[in-house]
Amino acid sequence: MKPARFDYARPATLAEALALLAKPDTAVLAGGQSLMPMMNLRVARPARLVDINRLPLGEIALGNGVLRIGALARHAAVLASPLVAQAAPLLPQALAQVAHAAIRNRGTLGGSLSLADPAAELPACMLALDATLVAASAARGERRIAASAFFHGLYSTALEPDELLLRAELPAAAPGWRYAFLELARRHGDFAMAGLALALGPGAARLALCGVEAGQRRQPAAEAALAAGDLPAAIAALGTAEAMDSPDLPAAQRVHLAQVLLRRAFQQIGAAHAAA
Amino acid sequence: MTHIGQPLPRAATARLVAGRGSYLDDVSARGELHAAFLRSPYPHAGFRITGTAAASALPGVVAVLTEAELAAVCQPWQTKTGSASGMVSPTQRALAKDAACYQGEPIAMVLALSRAVAEDAAELIEVEWQELPAITNLALALHVDAPPAHQGLTSNLAWSTEMKGGDIEAAFAAATLVVEDRLVFTRSTGVTLEPRGVLAQYNPASQALEVRISHQMPHQLQRHLADLLGVSLARVRVICPDVGGGFGLKMHVYPDEIAACAAARLLGRPVRFVADRAEALLSDIHAREHIVEARMAVDAEGRILGFDVQDVQGLGAYSIFPRSSTTEGVSALRSLGAPYRFSAYRGRLRSVLQNKVPTGQYRSVGHPVGIAVAERLVDLAAAARGEDPLEFRRRNLVAQAEMPWVNPLGARMAELSHQQCLAKLEALLDLPTLRNEVATMRAAGRCIGLGFASIVEFTATGPEGYGRAGVLVAAVDTVVLSLEPSGEVTARASISEIGQGTTQGLAQVVADAFGVAPDQVLMGSGDTATTPHGGGAWASRGAAIGGEAAWGAGRKLRAEVLAAAAALLQCAAEALDIQDGHITDANGPRMSLAELAETVTFRGYELPTGVQPQLTVAHHYRREQDTALTTNGFQASLVEVDPDTGIITPLRHWAVGDCGRLLNPLLVEGQVRGGVVQGIGEALFEACRYDESGQFLSGTLADYLLPMAGEMPDITVAHVETPYSGSVLGAKGAGEAGTAGAPAAILNAVNDALAQHGASVSELPITPGAILRALGRLA
Repeated sequence: MKPARFDYARPATLAEALALLAKPDTAVLAGGQSLMPMMNLRVARPARLVDINRLPLGEIALGNGVLRIGALARHAAVLASPLVAQAAPLLPQALAQVAHAAIRNRGTLGGSLSLADPAAELPACMLALDATLVAASAARGERRIAASAFFHGLYSTALEPDELLLRAELPAAAPGWRYAFLELARRHGDFAMAGLALALGPGAARLALCGVEAGQRRQPAAEAALAAGDLPAAIAALGTAEAMDSPDLPAAQRVHLAQVLLRRAFQQIGAAHAAA
Repeated sequence: MTHIGQPLPRAATARLVAGRGSYLDDVSARGELHAAFLRSPYPHAGFRITGTAAASALPGVVAVLTEAELAAVCQPWQTKTGSASGMVSPTQRALAKDAACYQGEPIAMVLALSRAVAEDAAELIEVEWQELPAITNLALALHVDAPPAHQGLTSNLAWSTEMKGGDIEAAFAAATLVVEDRLVFTRSTGVTLEPRGVLAQYNPASQALEVRISHQMPHQLQRHLADLLGVSLARVRVICPDVGGGFGLKMHVYPDEIAACAAARLLGRPVRFVADRAEALLSDIHAREHIVEARMAVDAEGRILGFDVQDVQGLGAYSIFPRSSTTEGVSALRSLGAPYRFSAYRGRLRSVLQNKVPTGQYRSVGHPVGIAVAERLVDLAAAARGEDPLEFRRRNLVAQAEMPWVNPLGARMAELSHQQCLAKLEALLDLPTLRNEVATMRAAGRCIGLGFASIVEFTATGPEGYGRAGVLVAAVDTVVLSLEPSGEVTARASISEIGQGTTQGLAQVVADAFGVAPDQVLMGSGDTATTPHGGGAWASRGAAIGGEAAWGAGRKLRAEVLAAAAALLQCAAEALDIQDGHITDANGPRMSLAELAETVTFRGYELPTGVQPQLTVAHHYRREQDTALTTNGFQASLVEVDPDTGIITPLRHWAVGDCGRLLNPLLVEGQVRGGVVQGIGEALFEACRYDESGQFLSGTLADYLLPMAGEMPDITVAHVETPYSGSVLGAKGAGEAGTAGAPAAILNAVNDALAQHGASVSELPITPGAILRALGRLA
C-alpha cells in the first residue's frame, strides 16, 4: 500500500502554487485525509502533488455579514470557531459528525469541497448555506462560483484542473433562520448512509442531501414544500431522488433514510420555527 | 497460594504501552529485501506470466520470482486430515501455478530494496489472464450447474459428514412442537492490530533458516517450514516476537509467508514481507460462512427431544493447511444445543469449495454458529409455548447430578455449572427490575429487546484432537525454569504470548509453585531455539495446559532448591520452605534464594559430595483424559432497534462464565470483554462480502466495519469457578467464551425487540437494511 511515484512541490506563495497547478496531472495536497489513502491504494495516481500547506489560506473571518473560511481551515478549527458558531451554526453540527478527531485535525474545508465525495457533509452544508466558493488560477485570476453551480456530480466540481479553491464565503445567519444537520451512519464517523443539511427561514428553505445522490445539489421541490410548511409533500418530494445503489445499501434505503432525516430535522427546527 | 487468582496487571504492560514493544516490523536485518506480491485480480482465472523484464529492470529490484523459481526450493502442500477423510482440497503452492482460484491469491513476487519499489515492479509484471467462471455464492455452490472452484473438479463438495445419535425420527414423531429456522452467517475475520508479517533469513553456510514471524505457534510452523523448504527441523528457528493479536488467523500456513521464506532460501538474503491492511483483509483467513437449516423437537412439557440440522459451510478455495477448515463446521455442529438435555441428534455438514480466500480457525471456532442456531430455536420454542425464555432454558439445562454427560453426538461434558451461572446472571441483571425497565421503555414507544444465550465451549484440546487425525499439532506443553544467581527465575514456555496475557498467568503459577513473587519470574516464549516443542496459542489452552506445565516445573525447581538448601543448612528438606524468595524454616528465613544460587553457581565446593542441584528443570504436561475441557456460561444483551432507520444500538451486555480456576481475573475479564466485542462485531457489523462476480467488497477498514468503542455497550462480567478436577490448578479455557455467546445473545435480543412488530431476522451480521425489510419499511 505505497503510492505510485509522484513529484512533489511545496510552494510558499499562491502565485507559485497556481503556476505549478497549470501543469497537467497535478493534484493539490491539503490535509491529505482522502488523497493519501487513495494514492496509497493506487486509486489516485497524480504525476505531481502541490502541497499547499504553507499558503496562508486557513483564515476564518467575519465581516460585512459574510463569513469567510479559508480553504486550508482544518475541520477542527472550523468546529471550534466562535465566529462559525455565530454566523454558520449549521457547520459545527455537521463537523461534529465528520470522521474522528484525528482526521478533523488534518482535513480541510477546501479539500472536502474540491473532492466532492457524495457522502461528505460539507458540500451539503455549502448548498444549504448558499455559499459562494472562490477559486483562482494563474491564467484567469479569481472567480466566484455559487455553491449550487459548483458541485457537478460524483467527485466532480466546477473547478478547472489549474484552479485552486481559496475560500468559501457564507452569508451570516439571518434572524429567523434555523438550521439542522442530521446524518445516519452505522458507526460514528463513518461515511453517512444518508445525511441532510436543512436551513429553514421565514417562508423559505434550503435543503441538500449527502450520501444519497451521486452529486450533491439543492432539492428544489422539497424546499418549496418546506417553505409552504408542507412536510408530507417535502418528504414525498425526496422520493424522486436519484439515489446511489449498492448491494449493501440499495437506492430505496438511502431515499427512505433521507425521508426519515427530513422528518426528524423538521421536528427539530420546523416546529420551533413555526412557533417563532 | 498467594498469587494465583490475583488480578495482577501484566508484566509486559508498561513496555507495550510505552511503545517499547518489539513487533515484527520493529526489527530489520542487514541487507534485507522487501517483498511485494502480484495477486490475482480475478476470483478464478488461468494465467501465464509472459514478461518480467520490465519489472526486473526497475532500479532497486533484485528479483522477480514465480512458481517456477520457487519450485526449486519449496514443496507444494495439501491439506489432509483423518478427521475429514476423503476431503477434496487441491494442492497449494507458495505462488500459484497456471491458475488462480481466489481473488488475492499470490502468483508472483518482487524482491526489492524498498516495499514501494517492489509494489511499482509488481505492476509491471506481464500476465495473460484467461478468466474462468467463478463460484462464490455459498447457496449456489452445490448446484449441479455451478462452475467448479477448481478446473477438473466435478463438484464443489469438498467433504460431508453426518453426526448423529439417538432416534431422530422418533424424536420428531413424538414432538408436540417443532420449531425451525434458516440462519445465514456471513464471513468475517479476526482483524489483528498488527497484520501478518515475516522476516526470513537463510544461512547457506550453516544450512539454517531463521524466521521471525507474527504467529501464534512457532513450533507448528517450524515443522512445516522444515518439510516444505527441505531444511532439517532443528536448523529452522522460528521466533515470534511481540505479537499484536492472533485470534486464530495467525495459526495457518499462508502462501505469501512461505514464499518469503523460500525467497530468502533461494536468494541467500533476508526477506521481509509485512501485509498491509488491504492485503490483510484480502488474504488473511476468513471464517464462519454458513447456511444452517435447523429444527428442534419439543415435547408437551417443554423438553427438548432432539435437533435436526443441515449446515453448508464455505471453505473458500482450499481447506486451510494444516488444520483443515472443516474443523469449524464440526465444531459448530458439536456446540449446537450442548448445554441441553436431548436424546436425538442428526447433523449433516457439507463443506464446500468456493473461489474465495480460504476460511480457517478463528476465535471460538464454530461455536458462535452452533450456539446462535440453538439459542434461536430455543427462543422460538419458548415463544411458541408462551413462556419465559429463561424458564425454557432452565428446564432443559443438563443438571450437575447428570454429569459427566455424554450427549447423542458423543460430546462429553463434565463439571459444568449451568444452574449456578444462570442464577448468577439473574442476580446480575436484577431481572425483575430490568424487565420493568424494558416494559417502561417499550411503553414510551422504544423498540427494546432482551436476549439470552447459554453456552458450552470445548476448550484446551488435548492430544486426541489433532493427534488421532494425523495432523502434526502439539497439544502438549513444557515449561523450563532456571534459578539465576540473583535468585530470580527465568522461565521459558512453549505456550506463546500473542497479547492475551498468558505469560502473566504462568508467572503467577510459577511464583506460587516455587515460592517467589511474580515479578521475580521472567517469562520467555515464542522462540523455537529457547523453548521446547509445544502447542503455542490455540483453543484457549494457555492456562489449562501451560499452567500445569508451569506448576510442575515450579514444584520440581522447589524440590531441587530445598534439597540443596537442606544439604547446606544440615537439616531435613521437609523442614524447609520457600517463601517470598527465601529458604525458611519454622523460625523464619534461613537464607535467600540468591545466596543459595550463588553458592551453587560460584562456590560449588561448599556443597557436600554427591549433591548436584539441578537449578534448571523442565516439566512437560500432557493431559491423559478428556479430549477437551468443557466450559459453560450465559450471556445477556439489551438492545434498542430504531424502526425508522434499522440501526441497532447495544445498550448493555452481561457475561457470566465458568472457566474453572481463574489464574488472573483481570486477564480473564479482558479476554471476555474483548471476546464479547468481537462477537458483537460479528452480529452487527463485520462482513467479508463479495459481489456475484467474485469481487471482494470489504477490502478496507472503511468497508469492513469493526466494532468501535463508541458503539459498544457496558459489559458486565462475572464468574462461577468450578475447577477442573483432573488437573492440579483446575483451570479451563477462558479466551474465546465471549465470542462464542455474544452473537446469539445479540440475535435473540434483536428478535425480541422485533417481535413486538411481528418481525424477525435470521442473518448475521444484522444490517439496518435487513431490519427495515423485516419491518416492511423497505421492499
